[in-house]
Amino acid sequence: MTGVIMDFAAILRIAVQALTRNKMRSLLTMLGIIIGVGAVIATVGLGQGAQQAVQDQIASMGTNLLYISAGSVNRGGIRLGGGATKTLVDNDMQAILREVPQVSQVAPGAGASSQVVYENQNWSTRVTGTSPQYFDIRNWPFARGGSFTDDDVTRATNVVVLGATVQQNLFGNSDPTGQTVRIGNLPFQVVGVLTAKGQSGLGQDQDDGVYIPITTLQKKITGQDWLQYIMASASSQAASFSAQNQITAVLRDRHRIRAGQDDDFSVRNLADVAQLADASSRVMTMLLASIAGVSLIVGGIGIMNIMLVSVTERTREIGIRIAIGATESDVMRQFLSESVVLSLTGGVVGILFGVGSSVMITRLLGWNMLISPAAVVAAVVFSMAVGIFFGFYPARKAAVLDPIEALRFE
Amino acid sequence: MATLAQVELNEVVRGSSTVPVIEVEDIHKFYQLGETQVHALRGVNLTIERGEFVAIMGSSGSGKSTFMNLLGCLDRPNSGKYMLEGDDVSQLEKKALAAIRNRKLGFVFQGFNLLSRTTALENVELPMLYAKLDKQQRLGRAKEVLELVGLGQRMDHFPSQLSGGQQQRVAIARALVNKPAILLADEPTGNLDSRTSVEIMQIFQELNDGGLTIVLVTHEPDVAQFAKRIVVFRDGKIRHDDLVQDRPKAAETLKNMPAVDED
Repeated sequence: MTGVIMDFAAILRIAVQALTRNKMRSLLTMLGIIIGVGAVIATVGLGQGAQQAVQDQIASMGTNLLYISAGSVNRGGIRLGGGATKTLVDNDMQAILREVPQVSQVAPGAGASSQVVYENQNWSTRVTGTSPQYFDIRNWPFARGGSFTDDDVTRATNVVVLGATVQQNLFGNSDPTGQTVRIGNLPFQVVGVLTAKGQSGLGQDQDDGVYIPITTLQKKITGQDWLQYIMASASSQAASFSAQNQITAVLRDRHRIRAGQDDDFSVRNLADVAQLADASSRVMTMLLASIAGVSLIVGGIGIMNIMLVSVTERTREIGIRIAIGATESDVMRQFLSESVVLSLTGGVVGILFGVGSSVMITRLLGWNMLISPAAVVAAVVFSMAVGIFFGFYPARKAAVLDPIEALRFE
Repeated sequence: MATLAQVELNEVVRGSSTVPVIEVEDIHKFYQLGETQVHALRGVNLTIERGEFVAIMGSSGSGKSTFMNLLGCLDRPNSGKYMLEGDDVSQLEKKALAAIRNRKLGFVFQGFNLLSRTTALENVELPMLYAKLDKQQRLGRAKEVLELVGLGQRMDHFPSQLSGGQQQRVAIARALVNKPAILLADEPTGNLDSRTSVEIMQIFQELNDGGLTIVLVTHEPDVAQFAKRIVVFRDGKIRHDDLVQDRPKAAETLKNMPAVDED
């Protein structure tokens, strides 16, 4: 069988032979690529892990969530903080549900801080008044028991759902459902415990809170009949954007806000937040990866440098090869294959190094890292490209040597 | 030691034809050395028939090395014609010249020019690698030719483990392995002691007896005597072109030489 090119195994063997002649030199040259590829893999992994974490946190706040909060109010030039207005009321919520078709569910929200007491344990926490839809909208399952009912809301009964942190502090590991706790001076029967959600994106403990019917809160604890916020769930993420605009329109109308006047409420869309967070972590990842990429290029220059030295050292060998019939492309191929073997080996070791350090960072710092197959493939392809790119000039130099001169070279 | 193994010599010699192996017509070659132009070859004419054994002599600067480089297709003439086995190769492209060097020419150099850290066998395999033969053909052929030059037992030795004479035999084996039309030897005995030189000439004579055309560059008259014909260069031209009278047989000469302990 006569191959079109020198058989591949022979080329590879010759390249490996040549490289193992100078083991230390080859290793040091490879080190540049190893560090470059390792750094790219690790930073991209880290970045993607961070991105995933942000996405997870946003998803944990609820799906397609719209958050309508009572706005600030301007009284004689004094602006009070968010939630200070009394204009956001239960009827607004009903109107949103009625008039904005993209909104599938709504839940009211108002809260107060209070001491919750069970036997000799007590815990200061946030008491939120809401409706059973709240848990659906926030995509929040129960660990024990279940939600209070719409009926409880209508009748303003004394029932409570505990967050996981509160449950842990008051009851430890025992089952609290059916037990009675005191909120302020009122007894409440525990009907359910929520699953632990962990910290929010801002570092708040989402599990530190208790939930009671909104009517109970308004009538028996705060004595206020307005809402601090309304949570609405849009039918899809795409619908959430148009829902946002419609809710604004409905509320401006209901609150009789004239054109040009500021809203006395605000509507926030979590899809916006998600996109923003996603974009910023992607930019961060790109930034880190490109810094790491620079070291890959420096590694490539190292290869070029060492290949140039190698070509000079082996001038005579090249002369011999040309004299006995090597063509320019044969010589070219030989030196290119050496630089590609260098960079590719470096790339593979670099991947191992990158994955290894990722695992270590994950273990030591508890950061989330994702090693994507795409990043690994890209690293292999890129390191090969580095080998070809930076090996090209030295190989070309070798290929065009004048054999007569080369054979005379001492 | 070292008589040529009795292998069929037609193994290393190409099929005969009536066309001269080398036909050179009015070849000129110039070099640019800084400001001055050197006229290295000033109209050289030479015909070498199949089966000839030609020694090229001349002092340095006579143009013999330049001529050898042209014959070896390592360089191209500025004008004139060079017919190798009837084909004009004087103006071929680099790639075509590489193929000719590979298939039709075998080189033996003064400094042996083996690849160090590469075994004798691998050195001999090399031209076949560029001829794109597969592994099995390469191995078989390389072993055969190494046997021919009497190195069957040392195939796995590195050049540094071989004596000068043995290294030159490996080089000869490498030159022969693609069955060239002509063997070009540039001062092949320049780095060897006198006895080893005669041994190498014995190999050349035996190869020539088998029909191989050989062109040998040397400045030692003793060595040139073993050829059939001596061509003398001076100032870029051929000054003498004579047949050798009373050509000594290298094998006979060896018998009369005092034994030197090699190995």
